[in-house]
Amino acid sequence: MSEIVVEGRNIVRDYRIGGGLFAKERVVHAVKGVSFKVDKGKTLAIVGESGCGKSTLARIITMIDAQTDGELLIDGAPVDIRTQSMTPEMRRKVQIVFQNPYGSLNPRQKIGDVLGEPLLVNTGMPAAERRDRAMQMLLKVGLAPEHFNRYPHMFSGGQRQRIAIARALMLNPRLLVLDEPVSALDLSVQAQVLNLLADLQDEFELTYVFISHDLSVVKYIADDVMVMYFGEAVEYGSRDAVFADPKHDYTRTLFAATPRADVESIRQRLAKKAA
Amino acid sequence: MAEATTTAMDQAKAGAASRRQMLTEFWFYFSENKGAVIGLVVFVFLVVLALLAHVIAPHDPNAQFRDAVLVPPFWQDGGRAAFLLGTDQVGRDMLSRLLFGAQYSLFIGVVVTTLALTGGIFVGVIAGYFRGWVDTVIMRLMDIILAFPSLLLALVLVAVLGPGLMNAMIAIALVLQPHFVRLTRAAVMTEKGKDYVVAARVAGAKPLRLMFRTILPNCMAPLIVQATLSFSTAILDAAALGFLGMGAQPPTPEWGTMLAEAREFILRAWWVVTLPGVAILVTVLAINLMGDGLRDALDPKLKRS
Repeated sequence: MSEIVVEGRNIVRDYRIGGGLFAKERVVHAVKGVSFKVDKGKTLAIVGESGCGKSTLARIITMIDAQTDGELLIDGAPVDIRTQSMTPEMRRKVQIVFQNPYGSLNPRQKIGDVLGEPLLVNTGMPAAERRDRAMQMLLKVGLAPEHFNRYPHMFSGGQRQRIAIARALMLNPRLLVLDEPVSALDLSVQAQVLNLLADLQDEFELTYVFISHDLSVVKYIADDVMVMYFGEAVEYGSRDAVFADPKHDYTRTLFAATPRADVESIRQRLAKKAA
Repeated sequence: MAEATTTAMDQAKAGAASRRQMLTEFWFYFSENKGAVIGLVVFVFLVVLALLAHVIAPHDPNAQFRDAVLVPPFWQDGGRAAFLLGTDQVGRDMLSRLLFGAQYSLFIGVVVTTLALTGGIFVGVIAGYFRGWVDTVIMRLMDIILAFPSLLLALVLVAVLGPGLMNAMIAIALVLQPHFVRLTRAAVMTEKGKDYVVAARVAGAKPLRLMFRTILPNCMAPLIVQATLSFSTAILDAAALGFLGMGAQPPTPEWGTMLAEAREFILRAWWVVTLPGVAILVTVLAINLMGDGLRDALDPKLKRS
């Protein structure tokens, strides 16, 4: 019995460009009718090259931007920020972690305040309790109590991404949108952050929408995979199905472009070179 | 319980340490610029003089000594030790008037800058945050103000409001406002698109909180620099208005007003005109030098690391 946390039906997003005095208006279709659903506690990975509409889709799911057409259902309830105003309940359900850990934290805000802010604006919680909760979350993502009063510029990229994850979890969201959360980190830190995300998913029964262009990361974390190409979902299925038997040409190209580092493939490559 | 207090103390200590570190860093970049340090020293000296004017000044600034009209400074023939910098046409001590004048000038600078800064920030943040027609209306209005020569506009405003120090200050603040509005708007526009603002919005922060708690603190560096530079402009404009008879009214010992009163004695008694002029020059120069140093220290783009 699985419940569906987020579902998209034919989501479309157009951008209008120009339309000024001299230029004719152009319409760019960033997302062209994408459908998907994610069960509770599962991870949907959205893969594609840059400019294919992944991040636009992420912003729609997070209710930052509105879709031009189509339906977005969160916990079975339709959501459309063009017509309905955001309520704190809706805010609490979906949170986001951004790609760039250097831009996603307010440089003038201490870490404790960064973590406490979601509680401050959404709940009437007293200051002492906010502090406790923030401190607990800080420890949970693997940072130390002395980090509580430091400013973001005193942290490394991996630590900042942990802080960003902690902030996203402060409101106990049902769904976490991860917009290339490890792309800006180096490999060993990537692994740490991915492990942290996997642990947190188990602990809080979180649902992830994981956006990435890195197939090895996707293979590690995803349950379902959606491949996007120029705003369309060209392939959508379970991870094993997609990786074992890619249907679309673009998916095959994408897999072929992934570097392989196992001994067998290196031997093959060398043999090919020698021939 | 004991543990809680120690962590609280540790946190307080860490906060103080990071603030101290920021201050040392600031001072490092500021002291690179020798002119700025000289400006700061002169400015602090002026502030001290102004604050202690009641103690230091040898005479009341408005007391007239009828036996000592147009006495030259002490180093010239006919100078008297009682009037170190001489007296003006009605026998008032120049040194005392200059010291009390410093009070007026600094007061004008502080009031005008505060008025222009708060107003400018408020309007600028709104324009930069909401964009659209609000932005257009505000910016065109500011363009209109900028299109006038600033002193002329201030003169017109004072003519409408009536001459006097308070009205002159309001007029100058209005004239200086557009610079703050433009700076704030530009800074808000760059900050608004950054991820941390979007993250705060996703966390549920309302527009007011986003504008003034999240975005504004990150826009302060250029505003502080502009504020120091406006401080000197305000003093200069107030003096100019005083000289034209539209600012502080006699017998107020305001530097510009003193200049205006002394106009007819330029050839006979150089000190009545020169000394207030030098006072204005030194003050404005010191503050401008200081502002330059502040820009070097606060603008991350100019930081050499």
